[in-house]
Amino acid sequence: MSDDVLIEARDLSVHYPLRGGGLFGPKPVVRAVESVNLDIGKGNFFGLVGESGSGKTTLGKALLRAAPITRGSVQYDDGDAQYALTNLMGKDLKDYRKRAQLIFQDPYAALSPRMTVRDIIAEPLEVMGLTSSREETDERVREIAAKCRLNLEHLRRFPHAFSGGQRQRISIARALVSKPQFVVADESVAALDVSIQADVLNLLQEIQQEMGLTFLFISHDLSVVAHICDHVAVMYLGRLVETAPTRELFSAPKHPYTKALLSAIPSLDPDDRGKAQKLEGEIPSPTNQPSGCKFHTRCPYVTDLCRKEEPILQHSSDGHEVACHRWEELMD
Amino acid sequence: MTRLLDVENLTLQFDTDEGRITAVDNVSFSLEAGEVMGLVGESGSGKSVTAKSVMKLNPSNAIYSDNTNITLHLDSGPVDIMSLKTSTDLQVVRGGAISMIFQEPMASFAPAISIGSQMVEQLQIHTDMNAKRAQEVSIEMLDRVGISDASSRFKQFAFELSGGMRQRAMIAMALSTKPKLLIADEPTTALDVTIQAQVIDLMKDLVDDFGMGIVFITHDLGVIAQTADKVAVMYLGRLVEQGTVRDVIRNPAHPYTKGLIAALPQLDDLDTPLTPIPGDIPSPLERPSGCVFNTRCSANLGERCSSAIPEFLKVTDDHQVACHLYDEGASK
Repeated sequence: MSDDVLIEARDLSVHYPLRGGGLFGPKPVVRAVESVNLDIGKGNFFGLVGESGSGKTTLGKALLRAAPITRGSVQYDDGDAQYALTNLMGKDLKDYRKRAQLIFQDPYAALSPRMTVRDIIAEPLEVMGLTSSREETDERVREIAAKCRLNLEHLRRFPHAFSGGQRQRISIARALVSKPQFVVADESVAALDVSIQADVLNLLQEIQQEMGLTFLFISHDLSVVAHICDHVAVMYLGRLVETAPTRELFSAPKHPYTKALLSAIPSLDPDDRGKAQKLEGEIPSPTNQPSGCKFHTRCPYVTDLCRKEEPILQHSSDGHEVACHRWEELMD
Repeated sequence: MTRLLDVENLTLQFDTDEGRITAVDNVSFSLEAGEVMGLVGESGSGKSVTAKSVMKLNPSNAIYSDNTNITLHLDSGPVDIMSLKTSTDLQVVRGGAISMIFQEPMASFAPAISIGSQMVEQLQIHTDMNAKRAQEVSIEMLDRVGISDASSRFKQFAFELSGGMRQRAMIAMALSTKPKLLIADEPTTALDVTIQAQVIDLMKDLVDDFGMGIVFITHDLGVIAQTADKVAVMYLGRLVEQGTVRDVIRNPAHPYTKGLIAALPQLDDLDTPLTPIPGDIPSPLERPSGCVFNTRCSANLGERCSSAIPEFLKVTDDHQVACHLYDEGASK
């Protein structure tokens, strides 16, 4: 594992068994994440995009050891501490939780209505035993609250008094108070209005640079990802289909799915109507996956090879990887 | 073009435990047959409440002002919506002349009744079709909105359909009575971009086929640019700008509209940092005096903006703005 990589996933799979199936037949499983190889560099703002049902949340959870890892390995190495996530238990798992945190999507559901903002932010410190006195806890809470642009007098209030944007800043403060190295932000701006969303995005970016954090930013919104992330991975039905530095991905997408996703974003130009390349159909069910390339049922460039053989993620240019049999011919 | 809907001086308050809240304040607009009007604004701006007023669908604690006047022009003559009191009177417009599509199609279908029965029921209430004919028409409509194998889908329940499919079924149901006016409340917000693009295409086709008027409520300016003919921008219960989609999106006049556009992450410009609109939308209990936007406005002129309510002024013939910056003799 190279020095500048914080998280290294190899052949990572997460399967959930389903009830039912024949007495002697195989149990049906949901293959939420399948054979993912992924490196997240230290200090990266790493974006993970895909439609709902593509497995992006499950992948994020697996990297936090919050989803069961069925197969493969995940290594974490921040220089001070190393963990192999597959076998992490007991004290080591608790230690890992201090270094890896999650920011949730819905700031209305994520904060307890019966706790003051101070208690909400202080709870991780108390649970993890990171501070030795109440004074020290308060000091840490005030410090992170200031960083997240929360007013100190807000700390005594309850979450219901706050707007969506302020609540999301409280969630961010809570996630960052234990000084983690790795933060998974799962659709953290999806529930916010655009005018507020920009503010939270700018805050995440500032904090990331100031604290030297590594972010995994999960989103279905490609324009948000384009603005905030330096590296992007695109998921489809549990697989990574393309990964590249942000600008490279958005200027020269190689996978037909990435191209279709980009072209489906409604343009702000009213004269640009109907130019989008439309994707037919919907994402297949993860219990009943198509053969070969998982995207072949919706791909306009499908061939017999695509139906039979699943393409693997291969190097295409500097830092750019794509899983498609035909990406080279489709470039011209 | 023929006039379909006139909304004049719509003012709507809600009696709540915390006091009387003004949700919509003196809103006027009109819609022609075959025209798509986008109603844009953040959450809490009153856009849904405005649209629901057109069929008096707001809860019973809603108080309409005396000078509120809503007229729906049907072939049989104008209907004064405000004079309709009982639900029997309102049945003519609700689901008949006016249909509505909601954001969350899972919540708008009854979960324990098949999609088909719900469609047939609606047709039997609003038309004089018998059950057999109603079933034929329903299956035709399902087929028309691109649901494959419509006759077997007809017998299924809402939970058996995917999100995109459910929204199509919702559209089929809303259009089966051939309404003159369709109110679409964030119809694509819960959908993935690829499915959103399909639904937008479908709605555009249907406008052409059926020649109805649509009020399209959304917070997404990109969706508006792709669908609407004209746009009305709302903030805290007031219309602040309206005009053709080209005028409003290309040359926004109101500082709020400008702010919304600047806060929107755009794919063709990754270098300009996102500019949030400072502050949060105020609580409806604490509506600012004067211009409702003055507390967050970067172009605030001071005294004038916080005391006088701006009138609508012409920017061009098809473009109006309510902002003191454009008053005669205002210092710029």
